[in-house]
Amino acid sequence: MSLQATTSQTVGPFFKIGLQWLYRDNLVGEGVSGERVTIQGRIFDGDGVPVPDAIVEIWQANAHGKYAHPEDTQDKPLEPGFKGYGRVPANPEGAFRFVTIKPGPVPGPNGKEQAPHIAISIFMRGVLRRLVTRIYFPDEPRNAADYILNLVEPARRPTLIAKKIAGGLSGLEWNVVLQGPDETVFFDLGL
Amino acid sequence: MKRVAPYRAPSPGTQPNHLHPPYLSSIKRAPSKPQVPIPYTLSEVTGPSFGTEIVSPQASDLTRGHSAEPLGERIIVSGRVIDENSRPVANTVVEIWQANAAGRYRHEVDQHNAPLDPNFTGSGHAITDAEGRYRFVTIRPGEYPWRNHYNAWRAAHIHFSLFGPAFATRLVTQMYFPGDPLMPYDPIFNCTADEKARNRLISRFDWETTIPDQALGYRFDIILRGREATPMEE
Repeated sequence: MSLQATTSQTVGPFFKIGLQWLYRDNLVGEGVSGERVTIQGRIFDGDGVPVPDAIVEIWQANAHGKYAHPEDTQDKPLEPGFKGYGRVPANPEGAFRFVTIKPGPVPGPNGKEQAPHIAISIFMRGVLRRLVTRIYFPDEPRNAADYILNLVEPARRPTLIAKKIAGGLSGLEWNVVLQGPDETVFFDLGL
Repeated sequence: MKRVAPYRAPSPGTQPNHLHPPYLSSIKRAPSKPQVPIPYTLSEVTGPSFGTEIVSPQASDLTRGHSAEPLGERIIVSGRVIDENSRPVANTVVEIWQANAAGRYRHEVDQHNAPLDPNFTGSGHAITDAEGRYRFVTIRPGEYPWRNHYNAWRAAHIHFSLFGPAFATRLVTQMYFPGDPLMPYDPIFNCTADEKARNRLISRFDWETTIPDQALGYRFDIILRGREATPMEE
């Protein structure tokens, strides 16, 4: 006998009241190894209007490609200063920003490593169940063979890959487009 | 290498589609292209966890922490968090937020002309115990108007946010109250096609947790997604 998961509902416009206590825009604690990156972006609706009432959640491995979670049994080091969790709201201009490290590669479904990536959930008023997507990294040779990226039609893959910000050393830009020709790829986890 | 046991897909109709035109905000925000199905990997079966130490016991009593008691009807909202295989989900963070008794949120975007209550913030959180139980003390939230359509009112509700054990189990939902006459008219409540699934968002009056002379009890059990197959023991 199995039960059915509780149905999802929109986060609505007032989520700050309940979710602010776990806002985390800097994932990097003391003594954490890895390449520091600042990822910023904006969220746009089907009219190209910035979405001011969205919230982005981040889940990622550390620089060794190890998740701070008991189901990750890989023989790789955990780092006490890195839990891999972040949560950032969009501002009135629809912009969000967080500081993290580039994660190491983690195992993929075909027995090969996945390219470094960040798992992303996005909630907002008007969205009835969360949007699931990923952020991949630019100039990353492992992207070409990544199992998940290869499930996406080539023309849409760039929506998942952050871009370097001109002149910035560690700044990346990753925008979210909810509808239209440049629509961000969202994944179906059966959610 | 170890196989990653997937989470079960929902039965058709038990989760909302992204686009639900009666809820106008979904029209410009629902993705228009099909979502890309992906297999479960280590990235989706792991997820954030928080130690019990981050949750203060006072955070589950929304009637405390101010100079006086909030206005409104005191209630106890409690229940269990279990998965689709009926296993308790222990040590998971449960976050709630809600309007005050007059139907007003303490939020700069809420312009409803009902009064704020200086003694009510509407924010709470808790962590489930070993049996998956949680419990909040709060006040019954008021219904409030919104601009979705002519004479639109939200049914009284409390927002819930849960992590569960994995990225895959993350859930944001809303709890409703039994007998609320606004539910049939509320496009957010009705965005889920399956009537039974929808009705599971309605808490039930619970005499067992009702405190004599103090507060009515409402029970709201939450079911997070479960694994397709029993994971192999290490």
